[in-house]
Amino acid sequence: MNQILNWIAAHQEMAYIVILMIFVGIEIIGKVPSVLHTPLMSGANAIHGVVIIGAIIVMGQAEEGNTIALVLGFLAVILGTLNVVGGFVVTDRMLEMFKKKK
Amino acid sequence: MELNLLVFCYLLGSVTFIVGLKMLSNPVSARNGNLVAAAGMFVAILGTIFLYEDEGKKLGNYGWIFSALVIGTIVGTLMAKRVKMTAMPEMVSLFNGMGGACAALISVIEFRHLIHGYDPANYASTGYSFFSSLDGTTMLIIFLGLIIGTVSFSGSMIAWGKLNGKIKDFAFKGQHIINLVILVLNIAIAAFIIVARPEETPLFFYAILLLSILYGVFFVLPIGGADMPVVISLLNSFTGVAAACGGFLYDNKVMLTGGILVGAAGTLLTMLMCKAMNRSLSNVLIGSFGSSAAASGGAGPQGGTYKEISLSDAAVVMSYANKVMIVPGYGLAVAQAQHICHELEKTLEAKGVEVKYAIHPVAGRMPGHMNVLLAEADVSYEKLLEMELANEEFKSTDVVLILGANDVVNPAAKSDPSSPIYGMPILEVEQAKHVIVNKRSMKPGYAGIENQLFFQPKTSMLFGDAKKALQDLLAEVRSI
Repeated sequence: MNQILNWIAAHQEMAYIVILMIFVGIEIIGKVPSVLHTPLMSGANAIHGVVIIGAIIVMGQAEEGNTIALVLGFLAVILGTLNVVGGFVVTDRMLEMFKKKK
Repeated sequence: MELNLLVFCYLLGSVTFIVGLKMLSNPVSARNGNLVAAAGMFVAILGTIFLYEDEGKKLGNYGWIFSALVIGTIVGTLMAKRVKMTAMPEMVSLFNGMGGACAALISVIEFRHLIHGYDPANYASTGYSFFSSLDGTTMLIIFLGLIIGTVSFSGSMIAWGKLNGKIKDFAFKGQHIINLVILVLNIAIAAFIIVARPEETPLFFYAILLLSILYGVFFVLPIGGADMPVVISLLNSFTGVAAACGGFLYDNKVMLTGGILVGAAGTLLTMLMCKAMNRSLSNVLIGSFGSSAAASGGAGPQGGTYKEISLSDAAVVMSYANKVMIVPGYGLAVAQAQHICHELEKTLEAKGVEVKYAIHPVAGRMPGHMNVLLAEADVSYEKLLEMELANEEFKSTDVVLILGANDVVNPAAKSDPSSPIYGMPILEVEQAKHVIVNKRSMKPGYAGIENQLFFQPKTSMLFGDAKKALQDLLAEVRSI
């Protein structure tokens, strides 16, 4: 019990962010019309591409001689970039269609 | 100073994600919302590359980072620009899988980093295990990132394969039990490592990786192709959580906010999608079993006799009608027949026939998919009728042409309380004078149930691939 409390105290900043973000995430898309489900999913898909920042940090910290870390990190950055760039471009293309018909 | 600037970059990034997502949920601001989030992402990435430092040490390997960024940007843009509108959902799934794989790779590298320099000989004599010195919280987060990221990756790949038709639905007896066993085993191994810190930790780590891949595959395989949007949305929120694990690992606020935001919004979106189809999430995930059983059972006793209509008869009926209503569905999207459909519409209009489209909110491969698809083919916005409006107009409609839609026009949703889709709002096409149904065969739709509409006297069937059938129909209409 004490351990758990200590753990929460040590990570309280993170805990606050997590809880607040859960509510924010639910609140802001609560009233989305069904026509926008697909683009919204695609947009959210691009946003979780933020994981690329972790990949960049890993890549940037890999030591020169550590080939496996370099190669894996390289791969991770490519995959992350695909997620971010592809995600935003696809979403934009979908939404472009919506605009055209107005 | 530089670190403070980075903090500001991340704060900006987090705010743009929230604002962007908010704008994305409104039709008017959606496109700008996407750009806002993209701009925030750009700032956060640039900030990380140039400003990030850990214990006073800046990032290195700029050559590697930039070449990876350039490759990813070029390939990603090309893929996203070239993909056909009908293939959008599988593209999203593919990109989602990339993000999941990225999160999993980070976990793999960080784990290797953690045990780097470990030499069993050094510890053998002291009797003190190297692994017991590892931080439990860090390991927990690495495992979480690994499991969630990997499941998201392998699941998305299967979803992608299913949507483009490369992978068929596949279910075997006891699949759900095996899934459960894999999941429990996975959690047990992770918990065991964290608590007991065995010497074989690396071995167990890769066992988790393997099991997670398997879990993702078995999780998605039995779910029907038409339910994929819901699954992709769910996996999307998984990847969000995996990204948030990275945020924990690096004490990185923008990864944490972005990841949790998508995790929460994605989960809600998944439930909203299910609601639009009037089904529960568990029904989608586990119901695949029941529906495949119902499909085999339902195919046996035919609900009566149906009649076929020849192309020339269909062309005549439509050409001399006053009002034709087209109901597009899954089949139209699969056959990519939206352009030829628009051609038919124009040809009929030239003959003085009023042509409109009735759009069911969940018709197609994803909610809203039909609107996007028909807009791509330049069908004008005024011709697309929402469900309620369309239902009023069916009474005055002479011919309804159903293109590969099934469950969204099944009258059982209104009349049969025992039907799995009972209660789902449908397009009431039977109010029209004549109904022509284009389908590839008499097979039931994804809900796996018989559609009585096909056996009604006013309904006639026009079998064939939607694109092929429409081309032939168009030729017939033109020759009249």
